[in-house]
Amino acid sequence: MSTRIVVIGAGMAAHRLVDSLVTRAEERLSVTVLGDEARRPYDRVGLTRFFDGDSAEDLALPATIFADPRVTLHEDDPATAIDRGDRTVTTASGVVHPYDHLVLATGSVAARPPVEGAELPGCFVYRTLEDVGSLQRHVQERATALDRPVRGVVVGGGLLGLEAAGALQGMDAEATVLQSSDRLMSAQLDLPAGAVLRRLIEARGIAVRTEARTTALRPGPDGAVESVVLREGDELPADLVVLTVGVRPRDELARAVGLDCEERGGVRIDEACTTSDPRVHAIGEVAAFEGQCVGLVAPGFAMAEVVCDRILGGSATFAGYDLSTKLKLSGVDVASFGDAFATTPGALDIVYTDPVAGVHKKLVLSDDAKTLLGGMLVGDASAYGALRPLVGGPLGGDPAAHLLPAGGLSAPTSELPDEAIVCSCSSVSAGAIRHAVREQGCTDAAGVTACTKAGATCGSCTVMVKSLVTGELVKLGKAVTTGLCEHVDLSRRQLFDAVHVSGLTTFSAVIERFGRGRGCDVCKPVLASILAVLGGEHVLDGENATLQDTNDHVMANLQKDGTYSVVPRMPGGEVTPEGLIVVGEVARDFGLYTKITGGQRVDMLGARLEQLPQIWQRLVDAGFESGHAYGKSLRTVKSCVGSAWCRYGVLDSTDMAVRLELRYRGLRAPHKLKLGVSGCARECAEARSKDAGIIATAQGWNLYVGGNGGATPRHAELLAEGLDDDTLIRTLDRYFMYYLRTADKLQRTAPWLEALDGGIDGLRAVILEDSLGLAADLDAAMARHVENYRDEWAETLADPAKLARFRSFVNAPTTPDPGLAHVPERGQIRPARPEERDGDSVLIAGTTLEVRR
Amino acid sequence: MTTTLTTPTLAPQLAANWERLCPLEDLEVERGRAALLGEEQVALFLLPGGDVRAVDNHDPYSGANVIARGIVGSRGGRPTIASPMYKQVFDLRSGTCVDTRGKAVKRLRVWPVRTLDGDLYVLRGGAR
Repeated sequence: MSTRIVVIGAGMAAHRLVDSLVTRAEERLSVTVLGDEARRPYDRVGLTRFFDGDSAEDLALPATIFADPRVTLHEDDPATAIDRGDRTVTTASGVVHPYDHLVLATGSVAARPPVEGAELPGCFVYRTLEDVGSLQRHVQERATALDRPVRGVVVGGGLLGLEAAGALQGMDAEATVLQSSDRLMSAQLDLPAGAVLRRLIEARGIAVRTEARTTALRPGPDGAVESVVLREGDELPADLVVLTVGVRPRDELARAVGLDCEERGGVRIDEACTTSDPRVHAIGEVAAFEGQCVGLVAPGFAMAEVVCDRILGGSATFAGYDLSTKLKLSGVDVASFGDAFATTPGALDIVYTDPVAGVHKKLVLSDDAKTLLGGMLVGDASAYGALRPLVGGPLGGDPAAHLLPAGGLSAPTSELPDEAIVCSCSSVSAGAIRHAVREQGCTDAAGVTACTKAGATCGSCTVMVKSLVTGELVKLGKAVTTGLCEHVDLSRRQLFDAVHVSGLTTFSAVIERFGRGRGCDVCKPVLASILAVLGGEHVLDGENATLQDTNDHVMANLQKDGTYSVVPRMPGGEVTPEGLIVVGEVARDFGLYTKITGGQRVDMLGARLEQLPQIWQRLVDAGFESGHAYGKSLRTVKSCVGSAWCRYGVLDSTDMAVRLELRYRGLRAPHKLKLGVSGCARECAEARSKDAGIIATAQGWNLYVGGNGGATPRHAELLAEGLDDDTLIRTLDRYFMYYLRTADKLQRTAPWLEALDGGIDGLRAVILEDSLGLAADLDAAMARHVENYRDEWAETLADPAKLARFRSFVNAPTTPDPGLAHVPERGQIRPARPEERDGDSVLIAGTTLEVRR
Repeated sequence: MTTTLTTPTLAPQLAANWERLCPLEDLEVERGRAALLGEEQVALFLLPGGDVRAVDNHDPYSGANVIARGIVGSRGGRPTIASPMYKQVFDLRSGTCVDTRGKAVKRLRVWPVRTLDGDLYVLRGGAR
């Protein structure tokens, strides 16, 4: 005969209890859960996410426990009566469930204030998915009918009231919060902290009135609420009212069968979470411990764990309420934890206030200023995750360091003790998280969350969890994940191979097969580069256009003011006088700033988005093509004049540079590629600071690879010497293609070569001795690139659909960005500095020259 | 106004403070477009589900009007836009910066938008 457990209620506490029972129980048991919301248990703490687009399914708690054969869930058959003598529960449909243990987890109902009109149409509470769903529908209907933003009033300025106001605002409704006491969140914050919070809330565009006592809600002609009457006599217009004035424990069933209840509501429990009947437990918001019911999820979870342990024969006790809370309203950071009001005798507080930045922080310490007792954080709650676990323990270092803004004094980094609670919702200690990494094989924060539930509920400890996991992985000597981002677990190299082998050619297909979600600014450009190499499509073709950052998208380099620079290709640094004249004319006609680049060509800066096609039409007509200065691709091949002109030249370096630049132009790579060719050992082209440097000798070309200028200079290493032209080009082909396939994202050739198996010798084996049998494949890939190369700019100019992307504004296609301003300097323009824009410096509007197309 | 809403032969109309910007088909999925609204600039985004989001085109970190030219993506299931300038990432639904790249938290204002008869409208002065 198995132990029969009946749970009345299917909220978060009930879910946690059942989860723990099926996880821990070794003996036979049968669990019956009776709900009344006609839904599986969902994350009520995350209710506000509903307005950010999270669906009921997104909020649902893991349903796997209900698939357990020992568990039966009746979502929509609420209990109507308890018989303590027969030990049975009867439901609305008349089914009778016998029990050995009964657990009351009925939660609360949102209270409506006892004022006239509180039940009028247009008045809402904020408690269930049904509540927020009907609130959303109402706002949409009213917005359509009124044809102006809906005016919403929230009665109650606590945690939930502020979240409701934020939700209204998210639906484009106006929001006014009415708070009867002298400050917002009065249960968590003192007067100074409440005042700072008020300013933050008002800055977000939500109106706040404190000491505003609602006395009545008045209906309009249609019978729906029209105004809110305050005791002071004011009347506020309201198209809808959200009531968040507290909750009432649902203790009716318990009262009906004579279980001890508190006068103000709640089923009385002892430290074993047992009611006055030893067979009956109560957990969550319906349970009153030491005379008090608390509407927070963490104590409910703690009670669930106690009851689970007791049912399974243990002796766990409930230690009392942890009242730590964090406001979940975007842009407004508030947290309160531990003894925030300093009620402990002799408690000291340390306060940091910055009214300008809207920050107020307070730490409460024991009388010897050593033990952290609690705190309030408003405006910047980033320390919450780190501080809350330390409550009751030594703070370490100077307490003030925890309060100062990030970037100032760094907070003491004493390692969190194993017993410190990191996740208060699920009561997970630092030790448990370390254990999950060390013993249970979790390799990232997501795995630890799945395994321990740390961070699964309110999420305020996720940063802390991640840092603990990383710290532990490093201690174990395990590599921290090399995945690109949250959408792709593969490294760039693995992704390259995956795309290559699968033959997929679109972002959607690749992300569906090898990743998740819709990608981001990290994985999209990486995949765009891989697809460009493997597919050889135009970078702006089809869906792949959305993968590119603006530089690749409009084929120009974004500058600090939002204009672009234009760099036509001048292979080997060679340019005809006619070409130079066209460049000069274009720069003059469009008012561009010109400068010679480090790669031996001309940069034209200050071009606006809508000017780019006109500028390029003239350049293309004059025979120029894209210089790819914007791309992670070949930039330039720098050269000296070589044997054609130079007295000392050994080989024709300019001729070779032109050949190489025309061969590798447009080649998409993990990072930019630069080459240099010097005609003799004097090395005037500075070739050894390049990704590939070629230096002429009497025996032929010497090839150096993996050089770098920039922040971490590195001389290129000698790969091969005395090469003839064809061997040089074949070796370079393989070197570039091997790099393209195996490098990490944004990894230049220098660090790639350092990390490569066997270093320069390993590279030599692969591309000169073909140790991996890859050479033919690499050669073919480069041949394909050379054959498929087309000038991106010429193609774009011929395609009206692509040209549409260069409109400055969708409703004013040729209007220049009115925010741009330039000032003269040394006969050219430069972007105005902020003080110049605000002062009366002479500003030059950009040219609006229309050019015949 | 109510009569125009319910009479099928007349096209429904929005109040004068809703400004028509463009046909919806002028937007490309997951590629932003800027729109000019008097002195202000709005960045418009068409998401894969057909949802349209509008936020400030002005990047609070760089001071340049470039948000529409960033990469659309997602973070933890929420649609995001990464500024092309210094790569801060913003939640497209709330305007909150979800990756500040080590800078102070700033946000983009969010503009109410709606579509009617295939055209996209934004509420003038409606940024919040």
